[in-house]
Amino acid sequence: MEPRPKSFYYLSAFFFLFIVFLYGPTLTIGILSFQGPGGGLTFPMRGVSLHWFRDLFEQQAVGDIWGSFSRSLILGLMVMVTTVVVSIMGGLAFRKRFVGSTVLFYLIITSLVIPSILISLGVGLIWSQSGLNVHWSSSGFGAQLTWTLPFGLLIMFAVFNRFDRSYEEAARDLGASPWQVIRYVVLPIIAPSLIGVALFGFTLSYDEFARTLLTSGSYNTLPLEIFGMTTNVTTPVLFALGTLTTVFSLMVILVFLMVVWFVNRRRNLKGSDAGKGMI
Amino acid sequence: MPTESISGKMKNSNLTGWALASPLMLVLLVFLVAPIIMIVVVSFWGATEWSIYPAFLFDNYEFLLTSDVTYRVFLNTFKYAFITWVCTLLIGFTVAYFLAFHIRTLTWQIALFLLCTIPFLTSNIIRMISWIPFLGRNGIANSTLISMGVIEEPLEWLLFSDFSVILAFVHLYTLFMVVPIFNTMMRIDKSLIEASVDAGATGWQTLWHVIIPLTKPGIMIGTIFVVALVMGDFITVRFMSGSQSANMGRLIQNDIALLQYPSASATAVILLITVLILIGTLLRFVDIRKEL
Repeated sequence: MEPRPKSFYYLSAFFFLFIVFLYGPTLTIGILSFQGPGGGLTFPMRGVSLHWFRDLFEQQAVGDIWGSFSRSLILGLMVMVTTVVVSIMGGLAFRKRFVGSTVLFYLIITSLVIPSILISLGVGLIWSQSGLNVHWSSSGFGAQLTWTLPFGLLIMFAVFNRFDRSYEEAARDLGASPWQVIRYVVLPIIAPSLIGVALFGFTLSYDEFARTLLTSGSYNTLPLEIFGMTTNVTTPVLFALGTLTTVFSLMVILVFLMVVWFVNRRRNLKGSDAGKGMI
Repeated sequence: MPTESISGKMKNSNLTGWALASPLMLVLLVFLVAPIIMIVVVSFWGATEWSIYPAFLFDNYEFLLTSDVTYRVFLNTFKYAFITWVCTLLIGFTVAYFLAFHIRTLTWQIALFLLCTIPFLTSNIIRMISWIPFLGRNGIANSTLISMGVIEEPLEWLLFSDFSVILAFVHLYTLFMVVPIFNTMMRIDKSLIEASVDAGATGWQTLWHVIIPLTKPGIMIGTIFVVALVMGDFITVRFMSGSQSANMGRLIQNDIALLQYPSASATAVILLITVLILIGTLLRFVDIRKEL
């Protein structure tokens, strides 16, 4: 191998600083959430304790965070499943041109770039003017889909751009029906990417704020609850909550990565050649 | 006969396309198109202090377009977008370049790329909150600078200022530059770079004349993301400026808080038109579907 050019070391240092910049603040609140009971929002640490984590379990200190956590969790799963199904179908649809496909494509882009508060405001207005009550599982759910679906679809477009169609042709030549081609050939090949879509669907929903703001009604999701706390909570309990929900997100990411790893490993072990064409 | 069967096939593929795309279409119609129409309609309505009523008034627009607050806030929105764009582009390009051209094995590339991506999948609000212990009056930045003797008094402009707003934007959105630029760079044929080096180009010349032109589509996509996110933001500006600065999103949110939905809608229409014109212009330079 060639020796590393000098620029490599400068760039490595730059990359390292970038990573510190990305993770540093989060790690800091991670440390500060173990503040002693008399500690404040910044250093120095006044002792080390689990005091603030304990506070998370007391209604008076933090309000209904566990309720909002469970709502966010359920909503995240709902959005995840819907995003995966709708994205697969949309991705398959866009493999062929159909009347209106260009318009639909630009709608997807619009859905991605539209300021989130417009979705919140518009959906909120429609619901209130038709005399319905906004609720996280109806209006909130739909509003979040306008954020997760474009990501899911862009991933699906990328996947199908690299998809080797000869597998499908082979299956059809062997007499597979269109449904069988999808079920036994296409879906298994794109499975790892679908796990990616699911991960995006869940985490984007779980952390969504702006589009849920006016569409979730009187029962808050967790990000809304946390934002509410920022205006009136001035103790490290905020950091404890931040740490806990970040750890939860990291665990979710880890689980998804492990599933991808497991699927790939199983594939390699079984000696199937499926998926070799999709790099 | 053959023409008939071709048109029959076309019809068939249209039907399948529509059947498969119908759930997507339904979601977008109800939660994207209808809300936009609703906002446009309501922007002509009237409002009292506690309710709104259907009407066809230009008052909201007139008020908006004749107030200098609007223009100042408008300008501020562009200022945030521009500065954030420059910072995220420089940082994002450098990071993507390092990952794509200096990391030699795919495993390490994926690992480091994931390391950059993970924060994006955690909560933005928490990531904003996490700057408080750093930037506050008695925060880490000030106490470090004081103990090093660089400054004597704590700097007041670190938190709740334009500086902290832009810092938070860069922190939140640089990833949106890294991902598309890295994606485009990974598809550059390495032999082009070899050819450039063999032809005697220096590292900078290769970067400027080969890599940057070939990376333009990725830069465009990154730009679209960052510009759209910053222009449409309200929460970062509110939180990181301590409600001292405003952008268009904040204007909308203020009106909403006062139940002035028609006026909020008028501002929203102006913001939407601005964003769509900007993004539409950017889209002319890149074919997103081809670049994915």
